Amino acid sequence: MSQAHALELRQISKSFGKTQIIRGVDLAVKAGERVAVIGPNGAGKSTLFNLISGRFAPSAGEILLDGQRIDGLRPYEINRRGLARSFQVSNLFSRLSVFENLRCAVLWGMGYRYAFWRFLADARDANERAEQVMTMIRLQRRREVLAMNLTYAEQRALEIGITIAGGSNVILLDEPTAGMSHSETAQFVELIREVTVGRTLLTVEHDMGVVFGLADKIAVLVYGEVLAFDVPEAVRADPRVKEAYLGSVLAEQQADSVRSKGGS
Amino acid sequence: MAMAENVAATAVASSRNMNWRWVIWGGYALVLIVAPLLWRSSLSHTMLSQMGIAIVACLAYNMLLGQGGMLSFGHAVYSGLGSFFAIHALNMVSGGQLTLPVSLVPLVGGLAGMVFAVLLGYVTTKKAGTPFAMITLGIGELVFAMSLMFPGFFGGEGGISGNRVAGKPLFGITFGPQIELYYLIALYTFVCTAAMFAFTRTPLGRMLNAVRDNPERVEFIGYDTQFVRYFAFIASGFFMGIAGGLGAMNFEIVTAEVVGAARSGAYLLFTFLGGATFFFGPIIGAVLMVLALVLLSELTLAWLLWLGLIFTFMVMYAPGGIASLIMMNLRVAAFGKLKPLLPWYLVLGVAALMILAGGGAMIEMVYHLQLNQALGPQMKFLGVPLNAHGVGSWAAAALLLLAGIVLFEILRRRFARLWNRIQEEIEDTVRQREAAA
Amino acid sequence: MDASYLLISTLNGLSVGLLLFMLASGLTLIFSMMGVLNFAHASFYMLGAYFAYTIAGLIGFWWALLLAPPLVGTLGALFERSALRRVHKFGHVPELLITFGLSYIILELVQLVWGRQAVDFKPPAALAGSLFTIISQPEGLSLAWGGKSALCTTASTICTTFPAFRAFGMAIAVLMLVALWLVLTRTRIGLVIQASLTHPQMVEALGHNVPRVFMLVFGAGTALAALAGVIGGALRVTEPSMAQAVGAVVFAVIVIGGMGSLAGAFVASVALGIIESFAVSSDHSISDGLQALGMAISPETFGYAVWSVKLSQIAAILPYLLLVLILIFRPKGLFGTREG
Repeated sequence: MSQAHALELRQISKSFGKTQIIRGVDLAVKAGERVAVIGPNGAGKSTLFNLISGRFAPSAGEILLDGQRIDGLRPYEINRRGLARSFQVSNLFSRLSVFENLRCAVLWGMGYRYAFWRFLADARDANERAEQVMTMIRLQRRREVLAMNLTYAEQRALEIGITIAGGSNVILLDEPTAGMSHSETAQFVELIREVTVGRTLLTVEHDMGVVFGLADKIAVLVYGEVLAFDVPEAVRADPRVKEAYLGSVLAEQQADSVRSKGGS
Repeated sequence: MAMAENVAATAVASSRNMNWRWVIWGGYALVLIVAPLLWRSSLSHTMLSQMGIAIVACLAYNMLLGQGGMLSFGHAVYSGLGSFFAIHALNMVSGGQLTLPVSLVPLVGGLAGMVFAVLLGYVTTKKAGTPFAMITLGIGELVFAMSLMFPGFFGGEGGISGNRVAGKPLFGITFGPQIELYYLIALYTFVCTAAMFAFTRTPLGRMLNAVRDNPERVEFIGYDTQFVRYFAFIASGFFMGIAGGLGAMNFEIVTAEVVGAARSGAYLLFTFLGGATFFFGPIIGAVLMVLALVLLSELTLAWLLWLGLIFTFMVMYAPGGIASLIMMNLRVAAFGKLKPLLPWYLVLGVAALMILAGGGAMIEMVYHLQLNQALGPQMKFLGVPLNAHGVGSWAAAALLLLAGIVLFEILRRRFARLWNRIQEEIEDTVRQREAAA
Repeated sequence: MDASYLLISTLNGLSVGLLLFMLASGLTLIFSMMGVLNFAHASFYMLGAYFAYTIAGLIGFWWALLLAPPLVGTLGALFERSALRRVHKFGHVPELLITFGLSYIILELVQLVWGRQAVDFKPPAALAGSLFTIISQPEGLSLAWGGKSALCTTASTICTTFPAFRAFGMAIAVLMLVALWLVLTRTRIGLVIQASLTHPQMVEALGHNVPRVFMLVFGAGTALAALAGVIGGALRVTEPSMAQAVGAVVFAVIVIGGMGSLAGAFVASVALGIIESFAVSSDHSISDGLQALGMAISPETFGYAVWSVKLSQIAAILPYLLLVLILIFRPKGLFGTREG
């Protein structure tokens, strides 16, 4: 019997009013795979993430996490089943410190629920895990700094920290390196690789260097449809992908120039 | 390796904090115990009792406002209903139908507050932000109007009276004399303060903060935002009820105004004034509330106007309240940069006094003309003789007010520049320290 | 049930509802536009009444009707510019708080200038009488313009009058509604306002002075409230507590109608006005309903105090009861689009 996919999308569609943003997307991600979701602006990548994580409900179709349906569930129900996401615009707890931000993210998973009869200071497992994640994202020196006072890159790091702290098996990262310089991006990719070891990762990315360096598979989303879902080399060579990104004339020219260079 | 050091360093830091904690809590207990010995008049004792009650109420209110980001316009409902249930319980103890030590009657109030918070809170916390505020307003009006409709329970115009000397005395303590009641209130105040402080250190308390800062993100880390708000609402309702119960015992009479909009507004006003962003802010606000309601209202008829003006000013320039002003200055002092600011505080104070004097004189003259016409136009304001019909008095007052406003504004801008420069210097120092570490 | 009673009650309810809507529309406009819920909106209503009273005492009611709303609107715009704008960046809670503080200030200033008793603000002589009288006789209903006639003294005749000023107020409200609709949909500034309702940053990027539009809308909203105050103050009583009396109802109205929806505010206002109008004159209670179902209710029955409460007694709190019901069954409100 084949193992259920970690995350599976079956004929997912989403319309806002009359505008259809996502049109019948099929996607099956195996456990432990790292998938990069790429596509031109407006293709619906963030919307797809919002559908998977429960921010919106799909207009049609099914989403399965480890074989169980999660479409239509509230975000916290989905999170409790093992899926966590980060946001393109850092969505932090602004007046809490770095440490507190991370600790909040681990509380539910460790069973603290709505407890008001236990002290946080005594929650050794939560505190240790928060320290651990803080070190992983290299913010231990900024432990007591309020989230709103961090630099942009630090906020992005904390954003990822909150996402992975809870120990979810499926991680969705929405443009984690948005707005970063080259050097920052390179460090960040290392960070992402480290913290998502053994987990299933979906990331929306625009930076092709990041995509090809990080991803096992690439899904190309154009106008709400998945044009290709394959290993990087196959996607790179796919003519439909080239056309979507570059337009057919330009794609021909590029292909010609590559061929002529290769020929000479 | 670095992580273990970090945990150890935090442990050391928190043990140092532990020592500070004993000092602060010990000091708080000491103040509560010693206060009635410092201020001995019966008026003082009454006021101190009211302050204790107000502290519990404002801290409970701030569980929602400062810790949860929930603005309620109708929170007097829970303390008020607590008062009514407590006074009925008291009467039942007096009548022999209930054997309960009088000292536990406030808990009846707490229970009532909690039950109503469970009932009404579910509907109230369905929304957040501005709609939440409007719902609390509506429910507050609803309960107030209902209190006038059921005179059997709410006593109609005259309210419900009771006698706190009821049942068996506890070791000879009947709580009849004000001083005995004060120490009961002080005990409740201390315990409730500690309990509410402890709440901020629990998972629920921390998630409440998270909901305040980013209610959407909370859902993505596994928590149901509405549940967190609902539980906090119930906890707040419990402590409001205790405050109400203490109030019932203090005044021995409960009328419909305890659930009214004026009281709800007072909670909001003074909690915000004291400072919603720090735990101890509402304590300051509560003390100010009693001082204003008892003393200031005697001083001038326009006290609510002054209050409204100060409140509005604070919202614009110091939204963290008095507590934040204190903490900001403490921080500046910790970096040794407070000295240059002191002369500025002095001149700003002088300008503020000019505004108060000029504006106050004008307001008092208007009230004098309105209400004391039979006494003629001569009157005294702060010892200065004024003629309410005389152009000279009006001109002088107006001039003082105008000069005060202009001066204050000029000084405020200069002060702001100096303040910002000092903040930058502090930031630089902090950065240098971090780099060196 | 008498047909004339039905007619008059409906008309009264409509008049109250339209007055409520004048208030609710200004509030909704400000809220939709700026995200600010103007807690002091009813205070501007009160200012309108008091300003009109003073102006009417000097140069007559018609000048008061003309001058009071713009005067108050100017004050509102000034407040927006000097105070509200400053806290805009702190978020919605501080905005609500500053209007809360303003409500205290306005109340105290009104009491300072005009005293704590009610003032005698009456409709003008021209509108002091009745517009029409419904004469109910055993043979049927008939309508007579003007006030009661000699016919009304006969035993079998019931006459109900409808005050001319009330009708005037309704006419003003309808005129204002039409004018508002025209401005919003037909003028350029209306278009800018509509766009700013949902996309203020985009509108600003297009070169429109959005802060100035905000100030305009706040001023217009408060002017509308003042206009309602001119009518309401003369129709009812002009006293310092009039702001609080109507303020809470207006907030209930906009939550019931759905925050940010003008249509919802209209439906909720009129509905509440009519319901209250019928309830106020009704002596029925829940116990009557239960008895009609066959249950025996007597003063010994448990909860008799609750069952026997007459509709007329709870007329004042019906808006809040409806508020709670709407929140349970349809939290978005009747026509709600924004979650607030």
